[in-house]
Amino acid sequence: MNDDRRFVARHVAALPKSGIRDFFAIVSQMRDAVSLGIGEPDFVTPFSIREAAMAALEKGRTSYTDNRGLLALREEISRYVARNYGPEYRPDDEILVTIGVSEALDILLRAVLNPGDKVLYHEPCYVSYAPSVALCHAVPVPVRTSARDAWALDPAALRAAWQPGCKVLVLNFPTNPTGGTADRAKLEAIAAFAVEKDLLVASDEIYSELTYEGDHVSIASLPGMRERTVFLHGFSKAFAMTGFRVGYACGPAAVIDGMLKVHQYAIMCAPIVSQEAAIEALRNGRDAMLHMRDKYRERRDFIVRRLNELGLPCHLPRGAFYAFPRVDVTGLDSMAFAQGLLREQKVAIVPGTAFGEAGAGFCRASFSTSYERINEAMERIGRHLDALRAR
Amino acid sequence: MNPVLKLLLEGETLDTAQMGKILGLGPDAVARELDQLRRDGVLLGLRPVLNPAWEAERRVRAVIEIKVRPEGRGGFDGLAERISAFEQVESCHLMSGGYDLLVVVAADSLYKVASFVHERLARIEGVQGTSTHFILRAYKKDGFVVGDQGADRDKPAVSA
Repeated sequence: MNDDRRFVARHVAALPKSGIRDFFAIVSQMRDAVSLGIGEPDFVTPFSIREAAMAALEKGRTSYTDNRGLLALREEISRYVARNYGPEYRPDDEILVTIGVSEALDILLRAVLNPGDKVLYHEPCYVSYAPSVALCHAVPVPVRTSARDAWALDPAALRAAWQPGCKVLVLNFPTNPTGGTADRAKLEAIAAFAVEKDLLVASDEIYSELTYEGDHVSIASLPGMRERTVFLHGFSKAFAMTGFRVGYACGPAAVIDGMLKVHQYAIMCAPIVSQEAAIEALRNGRDAMLHMRDKYRERRDFIVRRLNELGLPCHLPRGAFYAFPRVDVTGLDSMAFAQGLLREQKVAIVPGTAFGEAGAGFCRASFSTSYERINEAMERIGRHLDALRAR
Repeated sequence: MNPVLKLLLEGETLDTAQMGKILGLGPDAVARELDQLRRDGVLLGLRPVLNPAWEAERRVRAVIEIKVRPEGRGGFDGLAERISAFEQVESCHLMSGGYDLLVVVAADSLYKVASFVHERLARIEGVQGTSTHFILRAYKKDGFVVGDQGADRDKPAVSA
């Protein structure tokens, strides 16, 4: 009995590895690869934000902070959320600074789920949702979205997927990997359903500033939703601060208090230097953020046009920085297409199935990279499609 | 702003065919746009931005502050245009403040720059005095930061 795996808990052993890891391993060994597999901004953090981090170090800001995060940061978050999303949260007991939205979602689920509880979420979705639920000994209940609806969550599909025992609904608009968004009418229907079934809504709005069509609406701003919604946000995407690892949760004091317990025992607090940088982002980062958003929008228009010209049908993503084209028109499934493209033309895109079964037939191509690279990738995809057609 | 011009200013290295793909134009249309920009006097030319560390072994540069007496033919403009005509002069600006013209001069040796300043520039009628500063090292050039910032080195090629 020398198998080390005997030490690993059953529910952890049962988790699948992220489909993204395999691709990462191959691409990182490959020369001349063009990667559209990157899930983070290609911009470096705006300099004023980096400088705020340096200044914090120079001033000797190297300690723990309040478990909830620096009060100055929570005050800025409170103002920023009220101004841009609507709801007002008290810095004292309704806001918690976390290690990105990843931690915020994890500790939220841990704070509210009992073993066997069920969690609704729309799929395709970010890779961590189902595993985070499973790690709480709870049950993930995916709701399929489709290209037909531009990947918005159809309230009827949500109702159909609901089962007794569902306690939480996780939303992510704009969506990674599809760029789907939900308009006010859809959100109102979803909100009414959440009230009817007494669901707690976890709304991951990490891509919300990167909305290109219409205005972003937070479900937390709808009547009756503030008291049953935890608004999750951070700095990684809009402010190009992935490596700083800082995000936040805003919600009802009792839920935030539950999250605080998990957070203080597991994490203590977010790094102070990152928190100082986040304050600067909220105070003075808006222009740089808007500049980056404009760049993403231009690249989006280019990649979507090219994918469609090449014969991979692709809807126009309304937010985030991912195109999500159909690849099964080639007769291949998403994994076979992505593997073939990587092997033959050294272009990395991520199979849609890495984001759940509902992603079957699609692949995710990030446009968070230079025109040069997007253009080169499109040329190579064109050659690959020609070769496939000639077979 | 003209979309071709906007793309050029972003600093990516793109040929007309690539620009055409990005802008949804044919390469001929991009070339026509570039021609129009030249004819309109908006686009004077295109040059590569070379790494100053590489260039420093081949070219010496100096920034020269020049005080002039603008009387006589042409005033400031006449003198500035005359100075600009020298091939050694890379740029020439009329300035506010303690001197009048700021000139960047490049040549393949320190000696040649120095000769140009005292044999040519200083002798031009109307030039009252010069102050020459040799450039020792460049840290940023035409919007490009020199040297490896290491920003992307550890970024995963594929991530969620």
